[in-house]
Amino acid sequence: MTVADIIFYLFATLAVLAALGVVGSRNPVHSVLFLVLTFFSTAGLFVLIGAEFLAAVLVMVYMGAVAILFLFVVMMLDVDFARLRRESVRYLPLGLTVGFVMFVELGFMVGHHHWDKAVSGLDTVNNTLAIGQALYTRYLYPFEVASLILLVALIGAVALTHRERKRVHRQDIARQLARTKEDAVELRKVASGEGA
Amino acid sequence: MADFLKMVHEMGVGFFGPLLWSLVWVVIKVVLLLAPVLFIVTYITLAERKVIGAMQVRPGPNRVGFFGVLQPLADAVKLIFKETILPIKADKGLFILAPLLTLVPALLSWAVVPFSPELVLANINIGVLYLLAISSLGAYGIIMAGWSSNSRYAFLGAMRSVAQMVSYEVSMGFTLIPVILITGSLNLVDVVEHQKTWWNVIPLAPMFFIYFISVVAETNRTPFDLPEAEPELVAGFFTEYSAMSAGLFLMGEYANIVLVSFLGALVFLGGWLPPVSILGFIPGLVWLGLKAGFLMFVFLWIRATFPRYRYDQLMRLGWKVFLPLSLFWIFLTGLVLQLTQGVRGG
Repeated sequence: MTVADIIFYLFATLAVLAALGVVGSRNPVHSVLFLVLTFFSTAGLFVLIGAEFLAAVLVMVYMGAVAILFLFVVMMLDVDFARLRRESVRYLPLGLTVGFVMFVELGFMVGHHHWDKAVSGLDTVNNTLAIGQALYTRYLYPFEVASLILLVALIGAVALTHRERKRVHRQDIARQLARTKEDAVELRKVASGEGA
Repeated sequence: MADFLKMVHEMGVGFFGPLLWSLVWVVIKVVLLLAPVLFIVTYITLAERKVIGAMQVRPGPNRVGFFGVLQPLADAVKLIFKETILPIKADKGLFILAPLLTLVPALLSWAVVPFSPELVLANINIGVLYLLAISSLGAYGIIMAGWSSNSRYAFLGAMRSVAQMVSYEVSMGFTLIPVILITGSLNLVDVVEHQKTWWNVIPLAPMFFIYFISVVAETNRTPFDLPEAEPELVAGFFTEYSAMSAGLFLMGEYANIVLVSFLGALVFLGGWLPPVSILGFIPGLVWLGLKAGFLMFVFLWIRATFPRYRYDQLMRLGWKVFLPLSLFWIFLTGLVLQLTQGVRGG
Protein backbone atom coordinates (compact mmCIF):
# COMPACT_ATOMS: atom_id res chain seq x y z
CA MET A 1 0.00 0.00 0.00
CA THR A 2 1.50 3.31 -1.05
CA VAL A 3 0.82 6.77 0.32
CA ALA A 4 -1.44 7.45 -2.65
CA ASP A 5 -3.55 4.41 -1.74
CA ILE A 6 -3.95 5.59 1.83
CA ILE A 7 -5.00 9.03 0.62
CA PHE A 8 -7.41 7.46 -1.85
CA TYR A 9 -9.16 5.46 0.86
CA LEU A 10 -9.22 8.52 3.09
CA PHE A 11 -10.91 10.71 0.46
CA ALA A 12 -13.22 7.92 -0.71
CA THR A 13 -14.42 7.19 2.83
CA LEU A 14 -14.82 10.88 3.51
CA ALA A 15 -16.84 11.35 0.30
CA VAL A 16 -19.21 8.50 1.14
CA LEU A 17 -19.65 9.54 4.77
CA ALA A 18 -20.23 13.16 3.79
CA ALA A 19 -22.76 12.07 1.17
CA LEU A 20 -24.61 10.14 3.86
CA GLY A 21 -24.44 13.26 5.99
CA VAL A 22 -26.10 15.29 3.21
CA VAL A 23 -29.10 12.97 3.27
CA GLY A 24 -29.15 12.25 6.98
CA SER A 25 -28.64 15.67 8.59
CA ARG A 26 -31.59 17.13 10.42
CA ASN A 27 -30.48 20.67 9.79
CA PRO A 28 -30.49 21.76 6.12
CA VAL A 29 -27.48 24.01 6.71
CA HIS A 30 -25.49 21.00 7.89
CA SER A 31 -26.64 19.15 4.77
CA VAL A 32 -25.22 21.85 2.53
CA LEU A 33 -21.96 21.86 4.46
CA PHE A 34 -21.73 18.08 4.10
CA LEU A 35 -22.35 18.55 0.39
CA VAL A 36 -19.37 20.90 0.32
CA LEU A 37 -17.28 18.24 2.05
CA THR A 38 -18.39 15.71 -0.58
CA PHE A 39 -17.28 18.08 -3.34
CA PHE A 40 -13.97 18.55 -1.60
CA SER A 41 -13.27 14.83 -1.23
CA THR A 42 -14.23 14.26 -4.86
CA ALA A 43 -11.80 16.99 -5.87
CA GLY A 44 -9.15 15.13 -3.88
CA LEU A 45 -9.94 11.95 -5.82
CA PHE A 46 -9.60 13.88 -9.11
CA VAL A 47 -6.16 15.06 -8.03
CA LEU A 48 -5.14 11.48 -7.26
CA ILE A 49 -5.91 10.31 -10.81
CA GLY A 50 -3.99 13.27 -12.21
CA ALA A 51 -6.98 15.33 -13.34
CA GLU A 52 -5.92 18.44 -11.48
CA PHE A 53 -7.75 20.82 -13.81
CA LEU A 54 -11.08 19.14 -13.11
CA ALA A 55 -10.31 19.18 -9.40
CA ALA A 56 -9.59 22.92 -9.42
CA VAL A 57 -12.71 23.67 -11.44
CA LEU A 58 -14.82 21.52 -9.14
CA VAL A 59 -13.56 23.40 -6.11
CA MET A 60 -13.87 26.80 -7.75
CA VAL A 61 -17.28 26.42 -9.35
CA TYR A 62 -19.13 24.07 -7.02
CA MET A 63 -17.57 24.93 -3.68
CA GLY A 64 -16.70 28.54 -4.39
CA ALA A 65 -19.91 29.58 -6.07
CA VAL A 66 -22.78 27.09 -6.27
CA ALA A 67 -22.64 25.76 -2.71
CA ILE A 68 -22.16 29.27 -1.31
CA LEU A 69 -25.39 30.35 -3.01
CA PHE A 70 -27.16 27.23 -1.67
CA LEU A 71 -25.93 28.15 1.76
CA PHE A 72 -27.15 31.73 1.36
CA VAL A 73 -30.65 30.55 0.51
CA VAL A 74 -30.85 27.80 3.10
CA MET A 75 -29.60 30.03 5.89
CA MET A 76 -32.18 32.67 5.07
CA LEU A 77 -35.03 30.17 5.35
CA ASP A 78 -36.98 30.03 8.55
CA VAL A 79 -37.11 26.26 8.86
CA ASP A 80 -39.30 24.33 11.24
CA PHE A 81 -37.23 21.18 11.72
CA ALA A 82 -40.03 19.01 13.10
CA ARG A 83 -42.31 19.83 10.18
CA LEU A 84 -39.48 19.31 7.75
CA ARG A 85 -38.95 15.79 9.02
CA ARG A 86 -42.67 14.95 8.83
CA GLU A 87 -42.79 16.21 5.26
CA SER A 88 -39.67 14.33 4.28
CA VAL A 89 -41.40 11.03 5.06
CA ARG A 90 -44.03 11.88 2.46
CA TYR A 91 -41.42 12.21 -0.25
CA LEU A 92 -39.55 9.09 0.80
CA PRO A 93 -41.02 6.76 -1.91
CA LEU A 94 -40.14 9.26 -4.65
CA GLY A 95 -36.63 9.73 -3.29
CA LEU A 96 -36.07 6.00 -3.02
CA THR A 97 -37.26 5.49 -6.62
CA VAL A 98 -34.87 8.14 -7.95
CA GLY A 99 -32.07 6.68 -5.86
CA PHE A 100 -32.80 3.19 -7.14
CA VAL A 101 -32.83 4.30 -10.79
CA MET A 102 -29.52 6.08 -10.36
CA PHE A 103 -28.05 3.06 -8.60
CA VAL A 104 -29.08 0.80 -11.49
CA GLU A 105 -27.58 3.26 -13.99
CA LEU A 106 -24.36 3.26 -11.99
CA GLY A 107 -24.41 -0.55 -12.08
CA PHE A 108 -24.67 -0.51 -15.88
CA MET A 109 -21.76 1.91 -16.09
CA VAL A 110 -19.60 -0.25 -13.86
CA GLY A 111 -20.56 -3.32 -15.90
CA HIS A 112 -19.43 -1.70 -19.15
CA HIS A 113 -16.25 -0.21 -17.86
CA HIS A 114 -13.00 -1.72 -19.03
CA TRP A 115 -11.14 -2.09 -15.78
CA ASP A 116 -8.10 -3.67 -17.36
CA LYS A 117 -7.35 -0.62 -19.50
CA ALA A 118 -5.89 2.25 -17.54
CA VAL A 119 -6.65 5.74 -18.79
CA SER A 120 -3.71 6.49 -21.02
CA GLY A 121 -1.45 9.49 -20.96
CA LEU A 122 -3.00 11.21 -17.94
CA ASP A 123 0.33 11.80 -16.27
CA THR A 124 2.22 12.97 -19.35
CA VAL A 125 -0.18 15.39 -20.99
CA ASN A 126 -0.82 18.82 -19.53
CA ASN A 127 -4.50 18.16 -19.00
CA THR A 128 -5.54 21.82 -18.96
CA LEU A 129 -4.20 22.05 -22.51
CA ALA A 130 -5.81 18.73 -23.48
CA ILE A 131 -9.24 19.75 -22.21
CA GLY A 132 -8.95 23.13 -23.92
CA GLN A 133 -8.04 21.54 -27.23
CA ALA A 134 -10.84 19.00 -27.03
CA LEU A 135 -13.42 21.65 -26.13
CA TYR A 136 -12.43 24.17 -28.80
CA THR A 137 -11.92 21.77 -31.69
CA ARG A 138 -13.88 18.54 -31.57
CA TYR A 139 -16.65 19.70 -29.25
CA LEU A 140 -16.76 23.34 -30.34
CA TYR A 141 -20.47 23.39 -31.29
CA PRO A 142 -21.81 21.59 -28.20
CA PHE A 143 -19.57 23.81 -26.09
CA GLU A 144 -20.81 27.02 -27.70
CA VAL A 145 -24.43 25.87 -27.49
CA ALA A 146 -23.97 25.12 -23.79
CA SER A 147 -22.52 28.56 -23.19
CA LEU A 148 -25.41 30.13 -25.09
CA ILE A 149 -27.91 28.27 -22.91
CA LEU A 150 -26.10 29.50 -19.81
CA LEU A 151 -26.20 33.04 -21.16
CA VAL A 152 -29.94 32.79 -21.72
CA ALA A 153 -30.40 31.48 -18.18
CA LEU A 154 -28.28 34.33 -16.87
CA ILE A 155 -30.29 37.00 -18.66
CA GLY A 156 -33.49 35.24 -17.67
CA ALA A 157 -32.55 35.30 -14.01
CA VAL A 158 -31.78 39.00 -14.16
CA ALA A 159 -34.99 39.75 -16.06
CA LEU A 160 -37.09 37.80 -13.55
CA THR A 161 -35.67 39.39 -10.44
CA HIS A 162 -35.07 42.92 -11.63
CA ARG A 163 -37.82 45.34 -10.94
CA GLU A 164 -37.90 49.09 -10.77
CA ARG A 165 -39.00 50.12 -7.33
CA LYS A 166 -40.47 53.52 -6.68
CA ARG A 167 -39.48 55.49 -3.60
CA VAL A 168 -36.05 53.90 -3.41
CA HIS A 169 -33.24 56.37 -3.56
CA ARG A 170 -30.52 55.16 -5.81
CA GLN A 171 -27.18 56.73 -6.36
CA ASP A 172 -26.77 57.80 -9.96
CA ILE A 173 -23.04 58.29 -10.30
CA ALA A 174 -23.23 59.86 -13.75
CA ARG A 175 -25.74 62.44 -12.56
CA GLN A 176 -23.62 63.22 -9.52
CA LEU A 177 -20.53 63.69 -11.60
CA ALA A 178 -22.41 65.86 -14.10
CA ARG A 179 -23.27 68.36 -11.39
CA THR A 180 -21.22 71.49 -11.51
CA LYS A 181 -20.68 74.29 -9.09
CA GLU A 182 -22.95 76.51 -11.19
CA ASP A 183 -26.09 74.37 -10.91
CA ALA A 184 -25.50 73.15 -7.39
CA VAL A 185 -24.44 76.20 -5.44
CA GLU A 186 -26.04 79.59 -5.48
CA LEU A 187 -24.27 82.48 -3.90
CA ARG A 188 -26.35 85.42 -2.78
CA LYS A 189 -25.35 88.59 -1.16
CA VAL A 190 -27.52 89.10 1.86
CA ALA A 191 -27.42 92.40 3.59
CA SER A 192 -26.64 92.21 7.27
CA GLY A 193 -29.77 91.90 9.44
CA GLU A 194 -32.10 91.19 6.49
CA GLY A 195 -31.52 87.50 5.91
CA ALA A 196 -34.31 85.22 7.02
CA MET B 1 23.04 21.52 -0.81
CA ALA B 2 22.19 18.43 -2.89
CA ASP B 3 24.64 16.33 -0.87
CA PHE B 4 23.14 17.56 2.36
CA LEU B 5 19.61 16.73 1.17
CA LYS B 6 20.76 13.25 0.15
CA MET B 7 22.31 12.71 3.58
CA VAL B 8 19.11 13.84 5.31
CA HIS B 9 17.08 11.47 3.10
CA GLU B 10 19.31 8.50 3.88
CA MET B 11 19.22 9.20 7.60
CA GLY B 12 15.44 9.61 7.50
CA VAL B 13 14.85 6.38 5.59
CA GLY B 14 17.13 4.56 8.01
CA PHE B 15 15.32 5.96 11.00
CA PHE B 16 11.64 5.89 9.93
CA GLY B 17 11.52 3.38 7.07
CA PRO B 18 10.68 4.48 3.49
CA LEU B 19 6.89 4.84 3.81
CA LEU B 20 6.79 6.75 7.07
CA TRP B 21 9.78 8.85 6.01
CA SER B 22 7.99 10.11 2.90
CA LEU B 23 5.22 11.39 5.17
CA VAL B 24 7.65 12.84 7.71
CA TRP B 25 9.57 14.55 4.90
CA VAL B 26 6.38 16.21 3.69
CA VAL B 27 5.67 17.43 7.20
CA ILE B 28 9.20 18.82 7.50
CA LYS B 29 8.84 20.68 4.21
CA VAL B 30 5.46 22.11 5.23
CA VAL B 31 6.85 23.30 8.56
CA LEU B 32 9.84 24.90 6.84
CA LEU B 33 7.44 26.75 4.54
CA LEU B 34 4.86 27.80 7.10
CA ALA B 35 7.19 28.92 9.89
CA PRO B 36 8.42 32.01 7.97
CA VAL B 37 4.89 32.68 6.73
CA LEU B 38 3.52 32.67 10.27
CA PHE B 39 6.45 34.83 11.36
CA ILE B 40 5.52 37.43 8.73
CA VAL B 41 1.87 37.17 9.73
CA THR B 42 2.82 37.81 13.35
CA TYR B 43 4.94 40.80 12.56
CA ILE B 44 2.67 42.42 10.00
CA THR B 45 0.35 43.16 12.94
CA LEU B 46 3.13 45.12 14.59
CA ALA B 47 4.08 46.74 11.28
CA GLU B 48 0.47 47.80 10.83
CA ARG B 49 0.31 49.51 14.21
CA LYS B 50 3.70 51.14 13.72
CA VAL B 51 2.97 52.36 10.19
CA ILE B 52 -0.44 53.74 11.06
CA GLY B 53 1.07 55.25 14.19
CA ALA B 54 3.72 57.02 12.13
CA MET B 55 1.10 58.27 9.67
CA GLN B 56 -0.94 59.67 12.52
CA VAL B 57 2.15 61.18 14.16
CA ARG B 58 2.21 58.99 17.26
CA PRO B 59 4.76 56.36 18.29
CA GLY B 60 2.62 53.21 18.16
CA PRO B 61 3.28 50.29 20.52
CA ASN B 62 6.72 50.79 22.10
CA ARG B 63 6.48 49.33 25.61
CA VAL B 64 6.92 45.57 25.16
CA GLY B 65 10.51 44.92 24.19
CA PHE B 66 12.85 47.29 22.38
CA PHE B 67 10.86 49.39 19.85
CA GLY B 68 7.84 47.19 20.67
CA VAL B 69 9.21 44.10 18.92
CA LEU B 70 7.71 41.72 21.48
CA GLN B 71 4.23 43.26 21.18
CA PRO B 72 2.81 40.51 18.87
CA LEU B 73 3.99 37.85 21.32
CA ALA B 74 2.36 39.68 24.21
CA ASP B 75 -0.87 39.91 22.17
CA ALA B 76 -0.73 36.21 21.37
CA VAL B 77 -0.18 35.25 25.02
CA LYS B 78 -3.08 37.47 26.03
CA LEU B 79 -5.41 35.91 23.43
CA ILE B 80 -4.42 32.37 24.37
CA PHE B 81 -5.00 32.83 28.08
CA LYS B 82 -8.30 34.62 27.79
CA GLU B 83 -11.47 32.64 28.26
CA THR B 84 -13.08 31.31 25.09
CA ILE B 85 -16.79 31.96 25.37
CA LEU B 86 -19.22 29.65 23.62
CA PRO B 87 -22.65 31.23 23.22
CA ILE B 88 -25.36 28.90 24.58
CA LYS B 89 -27.48 29.00 21.44
CA ALA B 90 -24.54 28.63 19.09
CA ASP B 91 -24.10 25.61 16.87
CA LYS B 92 -21.05 24.43 18.82
CA GLY B 93 -19.32 22.26 16.26
CA LEU B 94 -19.51 24.80 13.44
CA PHE B 95 -18.73 27.64 15.84
CA ILE B 96 -15.40 26.04 16.73
CA LEU B 97 -14.66 24.87 13.19
CA ALA B 98 -15.27 28.25 11.52
CA PRO B 99 -12.09 30.10 12.61
CA LEU B 100 -9.99 27.11 11.58
CA LEU B 101 -11.64 27.11 8.16
CA THR B 102 -10.65 30.73 7.59
CA LEU B 103 -7.03 30.23 8.58
CA VAL B 104 -6.40 26.88 6.87
CA PRO B 105 -7.15 27.95 3.24
CA ALA B 106 -4.91 30.97 3.73
CA LEU B 107 -2.08 28.62 4.71
CA LEU B 108 -2.91 25.91 2.14
CA SER B 109 -2.40 28.38 -0.69
CA TRP B 110 1.28 28.76 0.18
CA ALA B 111 1.97 25.25 -1.16
CA VAL B 112 2.18 26.57 -4.74
CA VAL B 113 3.81 29.94 -4.09
CA PRO B 114 7.33 29.86 -5.57
CA PHE B 115 10.11 31.84 -3.89
CA SER B 116 12.67 31.11 -6.59
CA PRO B 117 12.69 28.79 -9.63
CA GLU B 118 13.66 25.87 -7.37
CA LEU B 119 12.26 26.93 -4.01
CA VAL B 120 8.63 25.87 -4.27
CA LEU B 121 6.83 23.20 -2.29
CA ALA B 122 4.55 21.99 -5.09
CA ASN B 123 5.46 23.16 -8.59
CA ILE B 124 2.14 22.16 -10.15
CA ASN B 125 0.93 23.02 -13.62
CA ILE B 126 -2.26 24.70 -12.45
CA GLY B 127 -0.70 26.93 -9.79
CA VAL B 128 -2.82 30.00 -10.54
CA LEU B 129 -6.00 27.94 -10.73
CA TYR B 130 -5.16 26.22 -7.45
CA LEU B 131 -4.74 29.59 -5.76
CA LEU B 132 -8.07 30.84 -7.06
CA ALA B 133 -9.80 27.61 -6.03
CA ILE B 134 -8.37 27.63 -2.51
CA SER B 135 -9.03 31.33 -2.00
CA SER B 136 -12.70 30.74 -2.82
CA LEU B 137 -12.91 28.44 0.21
CA GLY B 138 -12.13 31.24 2.65
CA ALA B 139 -15.76 32.34 2.49
CA TYR B 140 -16.93 29.17 4.24
CA GLY B 141 -15.22 29.98 7.51
CA ILE B 142 -16.91 33.37 7.55
CA ILE B 143 -20.38 32.24 6.59
CA MET B 144 -20.21 29.39 9.11
CA ALA B 145 -19.06 31.78 11.83
CA GLY B 146 -21.93 34.14 11.10
CA TRP B 147 -24.57 31.46 11.01
CA SER B 148 -23.41 29.33 13.91
CA SER B 149 -23.11 32.33 16.24
CA ASN B 150 -26.90 32.62 16.18
CA SER B 151 -26.69 36.38 16.44
CA ARG B 152 -28.12 39.02 14.14
CA TYR B 153 -25.01 41.13 13.95
CA ALA B 154 -22.81 38.16 13.18
CA PHE B 155 -25.23 36.88 10.57
CA LEU B 156 -25.57 40.22 8.79
CA GLY B 157 -21.82 40.65 8.92
CA ALA B 158 -21.27 37.22 7.41
CA MET B 159 -23.81 37.87 4.64
CA ARG B 160 -22.11 41.11 3.70
CA SER B 161 -18.69 39.62 3.92
CA VAL B 162 -19.43 36.59 1.79
CA ALA B 163 -21.31 38.57 -0.84
CA GLN B 164 -18.34 40.90 -1.01
CA MET B 165 -15.78 38.10 -1.24
CA VAL B 166 -17.70 36.24 -3.94
CA SER B 167 -18.10 39.43 -5.97
CA TYR B 168 -14.50 40.50 -5.83
CA GLU B 169 -13.17 37.00 -6.41
CA VAL B 170 -14.69 37.24 -9.86
CA SER B 171 -12.80 40.36 -10.83
CA MET B 172 -9.63 39.09 -9.14
CA GLY B 173 -9.81 35.90 -11.20
CA PHE B 174 -10.47 37.86 -14.37
CA THR B 175 -7.45 40.10 -13.83
CA LEU B 176 -5.24 37.00 -13.75
CA ILE B 177 -6.57 35.64 -17.05
CA PRO B 178 -4.69 38.17 -19.27
CA VAL B 179 -1.51 37.15 -17.43
CA ILE B 180 -2.22 33.50 -18.17
CA LEU B 181 -2.92 34.38 -21.81
CA ILE B 182 0.39 36.19 -22.12
CA THR B 183 2.34 33.41 -20.40
CA GLY B 184 0.51 30.50 -21.98
CA SER B 185 0.81 28.54 -18.74
CA LEU B 186 -0.90 28.29 -15.36
CA ASN B 187 2.36 27.44 -13.65
CA LEU B 188 3.51 30.26 -11.36
CA VAL B 189 7.21 29.62 -12.03
CA ASP B 190 6.53 29.96 -15.78
CA VAL B 191 4.52 33.11 -15.12
CA VAL B 192 7.49 34.73 -13.38
CA GLU B 193 10.14 33.49 -15.81
CA HIS B 194 8.07 34.82 -18.70
CA GLN B 195 8.45 38.35 -17.30
CA LYS B 196 12.20 38.46 -18.11
CA THR B 197 11.77 41.05 -20.88
CA TRP B 198 9.28 43.21 -19.05
CA TRP B 199 7.10 42.80 -16.02
CA ASN B 200 3.45 42.07 -16.57
CA VAL B 201 2.55 45.31 -14.83
CA ILE B 202 3.76 47.28 -17.88
CA PRO B 203 1.35 45.91 -20.51
CA LEU B 204 -1.32 45.16 -17.91
CA ALA B 205 -1.16 48.20 -15.63
CA PRO B 206 -4.97 48.63 -15.33
CA MET B 207 -5.29 44.93 -14.48
CA PHE B 208 -2.73 45.34 -11.73
CA PHE B 209 -4.72 48.17 -10.17
CA ILE B 210 -7.95 46.22 -10.41
CA TYR B 211 -6.21 43.19 -8.94
CA PHE B 212 -4.92 45.17 -6.02
CA ILE B 213 -8.22 46.90 -5.24
CA SER B 214 -10.04 43.57 -5.60
CA VAL B 215 -7.76 41.83 -3.13
CA VAL B 216 -8.16 44.68 -0.68
CA ALA B 217 -11.90 44.06 -0.90
CA GLU B 218 -11.46 40.31 -0.85
CA THR B 219 -9.45 40.40 2.36
CA ASN B 220 -12.13 42.64 3.90
CA ARG B 221 -9.72 45.49 4.54
CA THR B 222 -10.35 49.21 4.77
CA PRO B 223 -11.86 50.95 2.80
CA PHE B 224 -13.94 47.82 2.12
CA ASP B 225 -14.12 46.51 5.70
CA LEU B 226 -17.91 46.68 5.75
CA PRO B 227 -18.29 43.24 7.29
CA GLU B 228 -16.74 44.69 10.41
CA ALA B 229 -18.32 48.12 10.17
CA GLU B 230 -18.32 48.71 13.89
CA PRO B 231 -20.95 51.45 14.14
CA GLU B 232 -23.52 49.20 12.43
CA LEU B 233 -22.51 45.64 13.12
CA VAL B 234 -20.34 45.60 16.28
CA ALA B 235 -17.60 43.35 14.88
CA GLY B 236 -19.39 41.69 11.97
CA PHE B 237 -19.15 37.96 11.57
CA PHE B 238 -16.91 37.47 14.57
CA THR B 239 -18.95 39.47 17.05
CA GLU B 240 -19.49 36.43 19.27
CA TYR B 241 -15.92 35.18 19.14
CA SER B 242 -13.50 35.73 21.95
CA ALA B 243 -9.91 34.97 22.87
CA MET B 244 -7.91 32.83 20.47
CA SER B 245 -10.86 31.89 18.25
CA ALA B 246 -11.18 35.58 17.37
CA GLY B 247 -7.39 35.66 17.11
CA LEU B 248 -7.54 32.91 14.48
CA PHE B 249 -9.83 35.07 12.32
CA LEU B 250 -7.36 37.93 12.57
CA MET B 251 -4.49 35.58 11.71
CA GLY B 252 -6.45 34.33 8.71
CA GLU B 253 -7.02 37.90 7.55
CA TYR B 254 -3.35 38.82 7.83
CA ALA B 255 -2.23 35.53 6.27
CA ASN B 256 -4.45 36.40 3.31
CA ILE B 257 -2.95 39.87 3.06
CA VAL B 258 0.56 38.41 2.98
CA LEU B 259 -0.53 35.80 0.43
CA VAL B 260 -2.15 38.21 -2.02
CA SER B 261 0.82 40.56 -1.70
CA PHE B 262 3.18 37.76 -2.68
CA LEU B 263 0.84 36.69 -5.47
CA GLY B 264 0.68 40.25 -6.80
CA ALA B 265 4.46 40.52 -6.68
CA LEU B 266 4.85 37.20 -8.51
CA VAL B 267 2.21 37.69 -11.14
CA PHE B 268 2.56 41.39 -11.96
CA LEU B 269 5.85 42.66 -10.54
CA GLY B 270 8.24 40.03 -11.86
CA GLY B 271 8.61 37.98 -8.68
CA TRP B 272 12.27 37.27 -7.95
CA LEU B 273 13.51 39.00 -11.12
CA PRO B 274 15.52 42.19 -10.50
CA PRO B 275 14.13 45.41 -12.08
CA VAL B 276 17.30 45.86 -14.18
CA SER B 277 19.71 43.05 -14.97
CA ILE B 278 22.70 44.95 -13.45
CA LEU B 279 21.15 44.42 -10.04
CA GLY B 280 21.09 40.65 -10.63
CA PHE B 281 23.78 40.04 -7.98
CA ILE B 282 21.19 40.63 -5.25
CA PRO B 283 19.44 37.32 -4.53
CA GLY B 284 15.97 36.82 -6.00
CA LEU B 285 14.45 36.15 -2.59
CA VAL B 286 15.35 39.71 -1.54
CA TRP B 287 13.62 41.17 -4.60
CA LEU B 288 10.52 39.10 -4.03
CA GLY B 289 10.50 40.14 -0.37
CA LEU B 290 10.89 43.82 -1.27
CA LYS B 291 8.08 43.75 -3.83
CA ALA B 292 5.70 41.82 -1.61
CA GLY B 293 6.69 44.02 1.33
CA PHE B 294 5.85 47.11 -0.69
CA LEU B 295 2.40 45.76 -1.53
CA MET B 296 1.81 44.92 2.15
CA PHE B 297 2.84 48.46 3.03
CA VAL B 298 0.27 49.80 0.55
CA PHE B 299 -2.39 47.74 2.36
CA LEU B 300 -1.53 49.52 5.61
CA TRP B 301 -1.18 52.87 3.88
CA ILE B 302 -4.67 52.55 2.39
CA ARG B 303 -6.05 51.68 5.81
CA ALA B 304 -4.61 54.85 7.31
CA THR B 305 -5.81 57.02 4.43
CA PHE B 306 -9.24 56.15 3.09
CA PRO B 307 -12.70 56.35 4.65
CA ARG B 308 -15.01 53.35 4.43
CA TYR B 309 -17.14 52.70 1.36
CA ARG B 310 -20.90 52.35 1.52
CA TYR B 311 -22.14 48.85 0.72
CA ASP B 312 -24.02 49.69 -2.50
CA GLN B 313 -21.00 51.65 -3.72
CA LEU B 314 -18.83 48.64 -3.06
CA MET B 315 -21.09 46.33 -5.03
CA ARG B 316 -21.37 48.83 -7.85
CA LEU B 317 -17.60 49.12 -8.09
CA GLY B 318 -17.17 45.36 -8.21
CA TRP B 319 -19.88 44.42 -10.66
CA LYS B 320 -20.37 47.50 -12.81
CA VAL B 321 -16.83 48.84 -13.08
CA PHE B 322 -14.24 46.14 -12.45
CA LEU B 323 -16.08 43.25 -14.09
CA PRO B 324 -16.68 44.90 -17.49
CA LEU B 325 -13.24 46.47 -17.46
CA SER B 326 -11.43 43.21 -16.75
CA LEU B 327 -13.55 41.33 -19.30
CA PHE B 328 -12.68 43.97 -21.87
CA TRP B 329 -8.98 43.55 -21.08
CA ILE B 330 -9.22 39.80 -21.53
CA PHE B 331 -10.59 40.35 -25.05
CA LEU B 332 -8.04 43.06 -25.75
CA THR B 333 -5.13 40.87 -24.61
CA GLY B 334 -6.40 37.96 -26.68
CA LEU B 335 -6.76 40.20 -29.73
CA VAL B 336 -3.30 41.70 -29.39
CA LEU B 337 -1.74 38.26 -28.90
CA GLN B 338 -3.62 36.93 -31.92
CA LEU B 339 -2.48 39.82 -34.11
CA THR B 340 1.14 39.79 -32.99
CA GLN B 341 1.84 36.10 -32.51
CA GLY B 342 -0.86 34.20 -34.40
CA VAL B 343 -2.52 31.12 -32.98
CA ARG B 344 -0.68 29.83 -29.93
CA GLY B 345 -0.46 26.44 -28.30
CA GLY B 346 -0.89 24.40 -31.46
